[in-house]
Amino acid sequence: MYHTLSVLVENKPGVLTRITSLFARRGFNIDSLAVGETEDSTISRITISVRADNASIEQITKQLHKLINVVKINELTEDDSISRELVLFKVNAVPDRRHEIIEIASVFRANIIDVGRSTLTIEATGTSDKLGAMEDLFRAYGIKEIVRTGKIAISRGLRD
Amino acid sequence: MKSDKNGQRMTGAQAIIASLEAEGVDILFGYPGGQAIKIYDALYDSKQLKHILTRHEQGATHAADGYARATGRPGVVLVTSGPGATNTVTGIATAYMDSVPMVVITGQVPTSVIGTDAFQESDITGITLPITKHNYLVKKAEDLPRIIREAFFIATTGRPGPVLIDVPSDITKAEIVFEYPETVSIPSYKPTYKGHSKQIKQAVELIKDSYKPILYVGGGIIASGAGKELEELAEFMQIPVTATLIGKGCFPEDHHLSLGMPGMHGAKYTNYALSNADLLIAVGARFSDRVTGKLSEFAKGARVIHIDIDPAEIGKNKAVDIPIVGDAKIILGAINEELHKTAVAPRTTDWLTQIDEWRARYPLHHHAPSSAIVPRYVFERLNELLEGRKKIITTEVGQHQMWAAQYCKTNEPRTFISSGGLGTMGFGLPAAVGAQAGCPDTLVVCIAGDGSIQMNSQEMATAAINDFPVKVVLLNNGCLGMVRQWQQLFYEERYSSTLLGACPDFVKLAEAYGWHAERVAEPEDVDRALRAMIEHPGPALLDVIITDREMVFPMVAPGAAIDDMIGATNVGPISNMIDSEEE
Ligand SMILES: Cc1ncc(C[n+]2csc(CCOP(=O)(O)OP(=O)(O)O)c2C)c(N)n1
Repeated sequence: MYHTLSVLVENKPGVLTRITSLFARRGFNIDSLAVGETEDSTISRITISVRADNASIEQITKQLHKLINVVKINELTEDDSISRELVLFKVNAVPDRRHEIIEIASVFRANIIDVGRSTLTIEATGTSDKLGAMEDLFRAYGIKEIVRTGKIAISRGLRD
Repeated sequence: MKSDKNGQRMTGAQAIIASLEAEGVDILFGYPGGQAIKIYDALYDSKQLKHILTRHEQGATHAADGYARATGRPGVVLVTSGPGATNTVTGIATAYMDSVPMVVITGQVPTSVIGTDAFQESDITGITLPITKHNYLVKKAEDLPRIIREAFFIATTGRPGPVLIDVPSDITKAEIVFEYPETVSIPSYKPTYKGHSKQIKQAVELIKDSYKPILYVGGGIIASGAGKELEELAEFMQIPVTATLIGKGCFPEDHHLSLGMPGMHGAKYTNYALSNADLLIAVGARFSDRVTGKLSEFAKGARVIHIDIDPAEIGKNKAVDIPIVGDAKIILGAINEELHKTAVAPRTTDWLTQIDEWRARYPLHHHAPSSAIVPRYVFERLNELLEGRKKIITTEVGQHQMWAAQYCKTNEPRTFISSGGLGTMGFGLPAAVGAQAGCPDTLVVCIAGDGSIQMNSQEMATAAINDFPVKVVLLNNGCLGMVRQWQQLFYEERYSSTLLGACPDFVKLAEAYGWHAERVAEPEDVDRALRAMIEHPGPALLDVIITDREMVFPMVAPGAAIDDMIGATNVGPISNMIDSEEE
C-alpha cells in the first residue's frame, strides 16, 4: 500500500542524506521524493511516497523521528490531503498526428512547452492517477522521455 | 553549564578544550595526528583533562566505552582525520548498538580542501551516519561551543548513544570569543521521560491480574538507574526477573527472583519461564534475536507490556499490548505507586514453585568430569575470590563471554561490561583499561579468549604505562571457540579456519609489555594462580589452558524457539546426565 509522509526537517546540509540512507538501511524503498523550503526558510519539507504495510510505516516513521534534524512527520492520507505531481513527457509526434497529441493534452489541461521536429513536450500536473492515464494514452505514440518531480502533498484546509 | 573561560578570546582548538572542561570531562582517550595537532597542543595546557594515549584508535573508543559503562558518564575520544577517524568506526558501532553515551571528536582536513581527496581525508560523518545517534561537521569556529554542548546533551539524554564531531583543522586555528551556552535548545529533539498515565494504569491492571508474570529487563534499567524501582516491583508482586547481557547486574543475581540471562545461552529454566509466562513486562530491552530465538514462538502466551525510552523499539520485533514510552525509573516508580495504592497481593506462588522445579531439574551447570581445567571451575574460583570486593568484569566475545555471562555472579549495575549488540572481539581489554581509568579503586578483570585478545592486545601497553592494574583471565583454547562450536554442532565438524594453534606465547607477550603473567594447565593450580593475579599490584594476565572441546551449553540452535534447547543438563529422574536431545 502507498503511503505519503510529509516530513519537516531542519534546512541544513546533509539532512536529505540522513533521511534517504535511513530508508535504505532499514530496507524500505522510496517511490518518490520531493524536497523544498517551507514558509519558514529554516525548515524544509520532504514529501516521501513509499509502498509498505502499516507496521512498516509505523516503524520507519518512528525511526525518522529519531533523527535529530527531523522536526515533524505527518502521514497524509488520500482523504484528508491533496497531492500533485508535475511530469514532462517528450512524445514522438510525426506531423500528421500532432493534433491528436495536442488534443489529449488539452483534455487533461496540460501545456505544450516545446515543439521539436519529431517530438512534442508536454507539461502536466495532477494526481498520480491522472498522470498515469495520460502516460497510457501517450504510449500509443511512443514516449521518448519522462521526467517527474515526485509527488508533493498538502493537508486539506479543514484540518487546521 | 558555567565556564570560567567565558568571554576570553581563543582559538577553536582552545575552545574545544574549554568546552570539554565546562562539560566536566576528566579523562579522554585518543591518538594524535596532523589534523588534530592543534587540539592536542591546546590540551597540553589543560589541568583538568587527563589524556590517555591508547595504542590504537579502536582501543581509544572501546576504552571510552568501558569508561562510560563503568561510570555512567559519557566517554570522550579525540583522534585525527583519515585513518585515525576510520579506526574509531568499530568502537562507535559497538557503543551505538549497546546505547553507550560517547562523544568522539575527529580532526578533519581544512575546510578549503574538503572533497578533494586531500591527504588523510575521509568522510567520517558520512561513514558514521548509521552508527551514531547524531554527528556534526563543524563549519564555523563560532559554532564549536554550541555543537559540543549539544553533542553531550544528545549523547547522554533519551536513549544514550555516540555522537561524533568532525572538526576541520582551519577551524581549530580560527579565533573566537568563547561563550559556553548555559542551555541547549534543539526543538526537534525532545525525548519523552514521563510515561502516559493511562497506559501506566492499564499496565498496573495487567500486572495485578497476572498469575505468571516475568520481568524481561535490559540495559535501559542501568542507563536510567532504575535498579531500586525494579527490585521494588519484583519483590512487591513477586515477579521473577531475567536480565539481558547488557542488563546484567541491574537486578542482583543472588536474589531468589533472579533468573539470569535469557535466550540463546540462557538457562533452560529461564527460557521455560519466558515461554510459559502469561505476562511479559519488558523494560529497557529490545527483543534482540539472541534473546527471542524464533520470534513467533517467543513468550507466545503472554500479554506484553513494553517500557522503553525509544519509541522505535516498541513493536519493532514483537507486537505489544501496552506500550509505554519513557524513562524506566520514572515509569517503574509510577507503576509501583499505583500498585501500592490498592491492596494487591501477588498471585505468583504457584508460578514461582513451577520455576523452582524447572530450576532444580535443569540447572545451568553441567558436571561432566574432566581432568583438564573446565571453564566453570575457573569462574567458581573467581567468584569466590572476588566475593565482597569492588569489582568490574569486562569480556571479549566468544565462548568465554557466554561462560562469564552464565557464571559470573553480578549483583550491581555497571559491573559487567560486554559488547552485546555488535559482539565485538577486541572490546574487552581496552574496555577494561577505560573502566579502570574511570574507577581507579575497583578491581577490573577482563575475561578473554585467545582469539579476541589479539585484536587489541596492544592496549596492554596503555595499561602498563598508565599504571592501570587491570587483570586478564585468558581462557586459552587454541581456537576461535564459539565459531568452532557452531562448526561442531551444525557444520559436521568441518573446522574451517577456526584453529589458532598455540601462538603467541601469551605469558611472554604480556611480560614484554611489563605485565605480570603466568600460565596454568592443571586444575589444582587455578586457585593459587588466580589469587596471585588478583593480589599483584600491577596489570597481570593469567593464561588458562583449556581444551578446545568445551562448549557453551545450553544452547538454542539458530532459528529455533528458545525453549527448544540442546545440551541442557537434566537432573530429573537420573542425576548427572547431560540431555542432548532436543525437547
Ligand atoms: C571482530 C570480530 N570478528 C569476528 C567475530 C566472529 N566471532 C564471534 S566469536 C569468535 C571466536 C572468538 O574466539 P576467542 O576470542 O578465542 O574466544 P572463544 O570463543 O574461544 O572463547 C569469532 C571469530 C566477532 N564476533 N568479532
